[in-house]
Amino acid sequence: MKKFTQKVLEKYHHDKTRLMDILIAIQKEFGYVGSDAVEQIAQELSMSEVDVEQTLSFYHFFSMQPTGMYSIYLNTSAVSNMMGRTQVAAAFEKATGIKFGQVTPDGRIGLFETSCIGMNDQEPAAIINNRIFTKLTSFRVKEIVRDIKEGKPVTEMYTAGFGDGANRDDAVQSVVSNNIRKIGPILDPNYKVGEAIKKIIAMTPEQVIAMVKNSGIRGRGGAGFPTGLKWEFCHNAEGDRKYIFCNADEGEPGTFKDRVILTELPRLLFEGMVVAGYAVGAREGILYLRYEYMYLEEYLEKILSAAREKHYLGKDIMGKTGFDFDIRIQFGAGAYVCGEESALIESAEGKRGEPRDRPPFPVEKGYLEKPTVVNNVETLCSVVKVILKGAEWYRSFGTAESTGTKLLSISGDCRNPGVYEVAWGFTVNDILEMVGTANPVQAVQVGGPSGSLIGPNEFNRILGYEDLATGGSLIIFDENRDLLTDVVLNFMDFFIEESCGSCSTCRILPSVLRAKLLKILNARGVAQDIDDMLAWSRFLKASRCGLGQTAANPIVSTIKNFRHLYEAKIQTRKAYDTGFDLSRAVQEACEVTGRIPNI
Amino acid sequence: MNQVVKFTIDGIECMAAQGQYIVDAAKENGIYIPTLCNYPGVKPKGSCRICTVKVNGRMMTACTTPVAENMQIENQDNEIIELRKAIIELLFIEGNHFCPACEKSGNCELQALAYRYTMMVPRFPYTFPQRAVDATNPKLIKDQNRCILCKRCIRAIQDEKGRSIFAYHKRSNKVEIGLDPKIGKGLTDELAQKSVDVCPVGALLIRGRGFEQPIGQRKYDKQAIGSDIENM
Repeated sequence: MKKFTQKVLEKYHHDKTRLMDILIAIQKEFGYVGSDAVEQIAQELSMSEVDVEQTLSFYHFFSMQPTGMYSIYLNTSAVSNMMGRTQVAAAFEKATGIKFGQVTPDGRIGLFETSCIGMNDQEPAAIINNRIFTKLTSFRVKEIVRDIKEGKPVTEMYTAGFGDGANRDDAVQSVVSNNIRKIGPILDPNYKVGEAIKKIIAMTPEQVIAMVKNSGIRGRGGAGFPTGLKWEFCHNAEGDRKYIFCNADEGEPGTFKDRVILTELPRLLFEGMVVAGYAVGAREGILYLRYEYMYLEEYLEKILSAAREKHYLGKDIMGKTGFDFDIRIQFGAGAYVCGEESALIESAEGKRGEPRDRPPFPVEKGYLEKPTVVNNVETLCSVVKVILKGAEWYRSFGTAESTGTKLLSISGDCRNPGVYEVAWGFTVNDILEMVGTANPVQAVQVGGPSGSLIGPNEFNRILGYEDLATGGSLIIFDENRDLLTDVVLNFMDFFIEESCGSCSTCRILPSVLRAKLLKILNARGVAQDIDDMLAWSRFLKASRCGLGQTAANPIVSTIKNFRHLYEAKIQTRKAYDTGFDLSRAVQEACEVTGRIPNI
Repeated sequence: MNQVVKFTIDGIECMAAQGQYIVDAAKENGIYIPTLCNYPGVKPKGSCRICTVKVNGRMMTACTTPVAENMQIENQDNEIIELRKAIIELLFIEGNHFCPACEKSGNCELQALAYRYTMMVPRFPYTFPQRAVDATNPKLIKDQNRCILCKRCIRAIQDEKGRSIFAYHKRSNKVEIGLDPKIGKGLTDELAQKSVDVCPVGALLIRGRGFEQPIGQRKYDKQAIGSDIENM
């Protein structure tokens, strides 16, 4: 490990801001970053060991203990559960003889849980040594564990053919399916790569920004900030260097559309980054890619190399003197909060993914303190089409306030889960009709756990910034689902696990709320508990970032829309509960003394 | 930077140098905004959220937001007061804070704020977590039970080479403060004392020393926290 670590440190020029890359390289090679490696890194980078561990211990996919020659990460998302994760998990435990969170005594297999891996349309899914395994069954688990015991490489453990489209590419070779169900102007594969670059280099950066502003496009990650305005701020900000980040850290449970774009349209995305670079005056673009999508690394690097050869990237792009721009891939290591733009920047600088306080905004002071634009994958792709076909054309899709189209990741109880590109303004009813449902739908989660869970009386609402704003995740629950246990509890666990732990509110309150919810689920709750949850949730508003501010949304939106589910579970004859249970408190003492509680 | 801006706090007209953080600007105008994670001379982090105020109607942390011309700041708004009280209560239930047995009692900012915001008993159920006391350092005792994770020690204490002696460890509700086992061993008396002074609660203490100042005669035993600013 010592020699390897030394080589990695040299590769990244002993640069502290590349700590993520250094740790990822070691984790990938050995399956863990041991204390000797930490010591070595600390020494060479002139940091303290606790400082190295500060970053190391933040990310889910880093470990200081060996994670096994084969590290299995099984997804714990709500949809994974709905599709039979419990049986799959039990099968893994039975076949390996260990529990989740453990490594077999011979060090061969490690079994771990992980938050949504972006495969909601083909669950249950797992990551084994950075390869994806989808649609798992207990039978399939037995095969996989047998192959592992025989020492087969993961690439030879697939029993079915590879997925569709570029999932079959030599550099991908994955069983993941795209499940593209509806193509619109963005997903349309019939466009000429490089045309948008050709067009913009004949324009001034100001003209490009004006065009993007005129299209009315807003950020597709969910927050909906006008893209043209963001570019303009960065363009006008002072800085000797500027950066374009593509946020490909889609971690909102239920979203997977960026994965499909990265697989099928990476050239479109990279072209979008070049356009953004030209507009704001940046020379470097960074694709911040979630660790879960590591299986696309070789493929994306291949496409970047080809783009350099064609002069879409590099020096004097397409003959335009002085227009230099290149892209590198920065991997994350498993942290939902890094999808927040300032946390993403912190992470790319080799630190814990903790959001920053604003002001200053990233467009003024972002990556390495320089003006930085962070755009979602889909936003950057959409911009290329705006450049090619014009702002007017783009505005002809969608509504006045929400122009263009939106890629939706639809999963859960429906016939055709997958990616759909629709114009803004679709109602939830339209969508349910489009995807096909077998059983009556009880609820739809719009916008992932941080969004809201709505019932049939709101299915006439439209998708758009003016009504139901969404990053594109829609999860459908039919009448057979227990919303409080299957959905709300799962989402609360997700928020608790993914909090960066910096703000007091987001670090402490979600666990308090979860305990209340559990109390109600265990039939111990009283009416006051429902009111308490609503009242206490408000304090989360004071958190720094969107994760903290929305961490109680699963509870708040279900109390609002499905209050009867809570009321059905509480004790009606009791108005007040001290929260103190005497018989439980003295249980241990009674056991020791052999007495029976006399209450 | 010497430009003076006018703004209001709870309707009171104030003036301060442009670019000053709201907390400091308020202080200069004799208005106290409570802080916990903020510490003079250390880059603000806005992690405890106790200094939250409403700036033109929006919640912002006063320790990280610079004042600007015509800003309307609300510091005594009912929602803000309730929020601060809740944050204090959350910090109490998150750890194990047994004031009567704590060496920092009377000098503790968390305790002082609980008095100021008249916390009787937290509305949230206690969590009584199992937390370790780290007594491996030759100079310091680190008691995770009392830590409120404000990051003051992380930000304020570095060795002569600029390396951090304290750091966060893990994430979510599992976060704790790590004290570097190697660099920490060589901690000077001066830096050890500074670590203790920087800590707003009793999570960092000097080994083998305690209760030199009798309880009852300590800083916040005599005056409420923030009153020095208000009575300036």
